[in-house]
Amino acid sequence: MEIAKVNQGIDLKDYNDVWIIGELIDGKVHPVTIELIGEGKKLAEKINKKLNVVIVGHGVKGITERLLHFGVDKVLYIEHELLKDFNTEGYAITISDLIKERKPEIVLLGATSIGRDIGPRIAAKVGTGLTADCTKLEIDETDGKLLQTRPAFGGNLMATIICPNNRPQMSTVRPGVMAKAVHVDYAGGEIEVINPKISKDDLRVKLIDKIVSGKKRVNLIEAKVVVSGGRGLKEASGFRLIQELAEALGGEVGSSRAAVDAGWIESPHQVGQTGTTVRPDLYVACGISGAIQHQAGMHESKYIIAINKDKNAPIFEICDFGIVGDLYEIVPAMIEAINEKHFLEI
Amino acid sequence: MRIIVCLKQVPDTNEVRINQETGTLIRDGVPSIMNPDDKNALEAALRFKDEFGAELTAVSMGPPQAKDVLKEAMAMGADEGVLISDRAFGGSDTWATATIIAAAIEKIGNYDIVFCGRQAIDGDTAQVGPEIAEFLNIPQVTYVKNAKFEGDKLEVVRYTEYGEYVFEVATPVLLTAIKELNDPRYPTIKGINEAYGDKGEEKIRVFGIGDLVVDSTQIGLKGSPTNVYKSFVPVKNKVSEIIDGNNSKDKANTLVMKLSELNLI
Ligand SMILES: Cc1cc2nc3c(=O)[nH]c(=O)nc-3n(C[C@H](O)[C@H](O)[C@H](O)COP(=O)(O)OP(=O)(O)OC[C@H]3O[C@@H](n4cnc5c(N)ncnc54)[C@H](O)[C@@H]3O)c2cc1C
Ligand SMILES: Cc1cc2nc3c(=O)[nH]c(=O)nc-3n(C[C@H](O)[C@H](O)[C@H](O)COP(=O)(O)OP(=O)(O)OC[C@H]3O[C@@H](n4cnc5c(N)ncnc54)[C@H](O)[C@@H]3O)c2cc1C
Repeated sequence: MEIAKVNQGIDLKDYNDVWIIGELIDGKVHPVTIELIGEGKKLAEKINKKLNVVIVGHGVKGITERLLHFGVDKVLYIEHELLKDFNTEGYAITISDLIKERKPEIVLLGATSIGRDIGPRIAAKVGTGLTADCTKLEIDETDGKLLQTRPAFGGNLMATIICPNNRPQMSTVRPGVMAKAVHVDYAGGEIEVINPKISKDDLRVKLIDKIVSGKKRVNLIEAKVVVSGGRGLKEASGFRLIQELAEALGGEVGSSRAAVDAGWIESPHQVGQTGTTVRPDLYVACGISGAIQHQAGMHESKYIIAINKDKNAPIFEICDFGIVGDLYEIVPAMIEAINEKHFLEI
Repeated sequence: MRIIVCLKQVPDTNEVRINQETGTLIRDGVPSIMNPDDKNALEAALRFKDEFGAELTAVSMGPPQAKDVLKEAMAMGADEGVLISDRAFGGSDTWATATIIAAAIEKIGNYDIVFCGRQAIDGDTAQVGPEIAEFLNIPQVTYVKNAKFEGDKLEVVRYTEYGEYVFEVATPVLLTAIKELNDPRYPTIKGINEAYGDKGEEKIRVFGIGDLVVDSTQIGLKGSPTNVYKSFVPVKNKVSEIIDGNNSKDKANTLVMKLSELNLI
């Protein structure tokens, strides 16, 4: 096998268009794909290029048609029966072959478990750099290059990364950060079906089973309100109170890692650097100190409420409203006040 | 059976402080540790060693003091260490880092499993593992929560936000470990005495650029396709209002009123 190389003195002018690598889960479009289309469109307009979305799969024509309602120029649909389920090698081979053939200038993937699995593999096959987990993308006005900003050192530092001499410029982008593209009634653009060269022998890892956790999937990314509990709850049953407040506010339950590590709640609820990044309208942190790794996953929420009995807790530095006090007194009083308010409105 | 575990020495990011004036990280006095996910990778490899007598090589790329993580690994039970260290390797991005580590793995040779952590807590990219796998032309499974042999094949559970996926794969393969994989063991006293003594030192090989088959245009600061253009400390400019009141009920009522004014309730 020939290993790809970087720094081969390529002509940057040969590379055009902005590509989004779409993501499907259980036959549905992942929200990050619509966010990337929104962001990709802005970038494409700045550099006067087209915006294409790549979809890999089998029997998902209907989905590709729906994507035309988000203002994309083209959907490149890589269709093959071996690509029905996500598979690192199948996806990486077919996407990188298409990149090598068509030469896009910018390629964006979601920084999900799938994007972060195939992203580096694709970059290594194509021979280019990759910036991880970006939270901001801009075009340099002077030379049109992509400025890719990302947190490092657990959110203590932000770094802007460039990829000056190799193409495409590739980034994975953190879900929940970019604004979604708007759905329009008319379908524009076109669908091009790509029949990739791929065989069974290319797929060395075989899926034999999928265990979806029986419980309702936590949808933190989409939630307008997230109420999170931390070590300050002292015990697992504290999450019943958090659940009650979440219900009163019409939101989902989140948590700190300390609460997950204590076994009080399952890890899909974890917010933060190693959990989910959320950006709801309202984030309520109860008994959470506000460690930098927790902040990394919630500081962009529109309004942040902190309830903590330690007035020096770092969470108070990033909140909009804070209450210093015992959450076991404050939270029940809040639930009561909210329910009373709903009652008065009827 | 040979297992190669890639261990990165990282600053303990819990202890990292920021110089607010210069906007840089203060690393002085910050302890260096074995990257947490890598410790889970090492533990999984040690369990294969316990079960099948696998030969276990710990590999780390970094300055000379990165030997410490190799010694820690040997104190826990690794058989030998390889330090990849050369000035020419400095400033490498993930492409260049993976190029160099892959070349070192080729030199060690005869491996069945390459184990990495999912993500290092300083660079935070999670890219080095998959890039090594690509350069070695071997398959990968990332986010590994469980790995066991079924006959001569591995059965691996990948743990993601969408659920758990069970895969079957033949060796050689690269796996990346997450914290859910296991609870790492502590080193034994005997292990510590050996690893940190002369015996330990003898079991560490050092690879420089002359020892590896690497294309010098693909490594180091100059060979790296990505560059850090600038770095800065995130600014916090929120005005926080601490709600006052005579008692908890008072405070809660005021808060709910404010949220309602903002149409949040
Ligand atoms: C590599 C790495 C990744 C990490 N990733 C994450 C991540 O993704 N998400 C995450 O959350 N953490 C993460 N952490 C852990 C993080 O550093 C903190 O340890 C964690 O967030 C602390 O959780 P906590 O705030 O619940 O607990 P603590 O820090 O112990 O805080 C508990 C708080 O509760 C308050 N309290 C106690 N009793 C009461 C009461 N009765 N009423 C009101 N307040 C009370 C206390 O004053 C205290 O401030 C990570 C760490 C590392 C090293
Ligand atoms: C602020 C900042 C931002 C950066 N952003 C990017 C970026 O977006 N893209 C990019 O390509 N580079 C980037 N880099 C460079 C990158 O951090 C380094 O190349 C680093 O050596 C490897 O990346 P990582 O720490 O993210 O490792 P990860 O890819 O997160 O590490 C995964 C696993 O690979 C293994 N591993 C990694 N490094 C070593 C090592 N030295 N020795 C042994 N095993 C190892 C470990 O098992 C580890 O758990 C950045 C550097 C800085 C300082």
